[in-house]
Amino acid sequence: MTAKLILRNKEYEVKAGMSLLDALKKSNIVPESVIATRDGELITEDEILRNGDVIKLIAVISGGAR
Amino acid sequence: MKCRKCGGKASINMRQHRLALCKEHYLEWIPEQTERFIKKYRMFTKDEKILVAVSGGKDSLALWDILTRLGYQADGLYLALGIDGGIDYSDESHRLTEEFAQANNLKLHVVNIEQEYGYSIPTLSLVSHRGHGKPCSVCGLAKRHEMNRIARDLGYDVLATGHNLDDEAAVLFGNTLHWSAEYLLRQGPVLPESDGLARKVKPLCRFYEREMTAYSIARGIEYIYDECPFAEGSQQIFYKEALNQLETARPGAKLTFYTRFLEARQSGNLFIEKDIEKAHLHPCPQCGQPTSTPDLCSFCRMIEKAKTG
Repeated sequence: MTAKLILRNKEYEVKAGMSLLDALKKSNIVPESVIATRDGELITEDEILRNGDVIKLIAVISGGAR
Repeated sequence: MKCRKCGGKASINMRQHRLALCKEHYLEWIPEQTERFIKKYRMFTKDEKILVAVSGGKDSLALWDILTRLGYQADGLYLALGIDGGIDYSDESHRLTEEFAQANNLKLHVVNIEQEYGYSIPTLSLVSHRGHGKPCSVCGLAKRHEMNRIARDLGYDVLATGHNLDDEAAVLFGNTLHWSAEYLLRQGPVLPESDGLARKVKPLCRFYEREMTAYSIARGIEYIYDECPFAEGSQQIFYKEALNQLETARPGAKLTFYTRFLEARQSGNLFIEKDIEKAHLHPCPQCGQPTSTPDLCSFCRMIEKAKTG
């Protein structure tokens, strides 16, 4: 019963049934620094992760280009 | 979590505003708020010609998208910097910018720094010995110079950049750490036009970087996701990460840091001269201790209030 978080080609396996916020904290990812999507749709941090979920995390910080 | 406007499933939660919105209402909210800030800071009007500096990144493309949707006359300027970094960084960002312009039927000016001056940014950095081995300062200087030149040469009224609140807060944080008074006094959503300098505005300066990322994704804007290869390990990114740690623990910290700074700057209270504070003090009529509040000092007021229940 697991779900997967993917951030910049790095994968984090977390327990299904926990909230996205808890999963991020458990994976040492600063929640403020990412946006999460499931099947291309934005999801909020209270979303409960389901077994087999693949959550794509998009890093929000960009720099140097402006 | 539910959308505050329609009760549907929320796509984004902005803890600093205690506001969650669904995709549809979020895509309405961002342009509405942008319009509000354009007016609040008197950035420009619908009659003026705006040149938007676009890099192919999420913020500048989102800004161009928003201004166009709001009915402003906004053309784009892309500066080809000649940065490869093993990922064709400039070529890819140029391609994405061109595609965005074509898909939305927008006018894009492209200036190639190497064609214009004989050097790409990384080469210019090497030959000019500026920036301690990193081209970032040369890049910033060249961009500021060229954006201003093109805006003026082509007769634009104003130059708009996609700086978001995280960009502004990181700069403010750095300038505060170093007490760079001159820079602090110049930072703001609008840099007015002056001799030889076009007016510069930052319409997205009140949005978190996270919000602009969400907007670009929700709107389906394809942007360059990779950071500039030279930005890795930069001070600005370090400051942004530190501020995001703070924001996670204290929602709204970044917003307050920036907006209170703007208020202090606007009211002229950013730097208080040595004797001013003393000059405003007077003895409390009750206890005689100096106070800056009119009438009773804060302590005596508290005691009075406690007594009266």
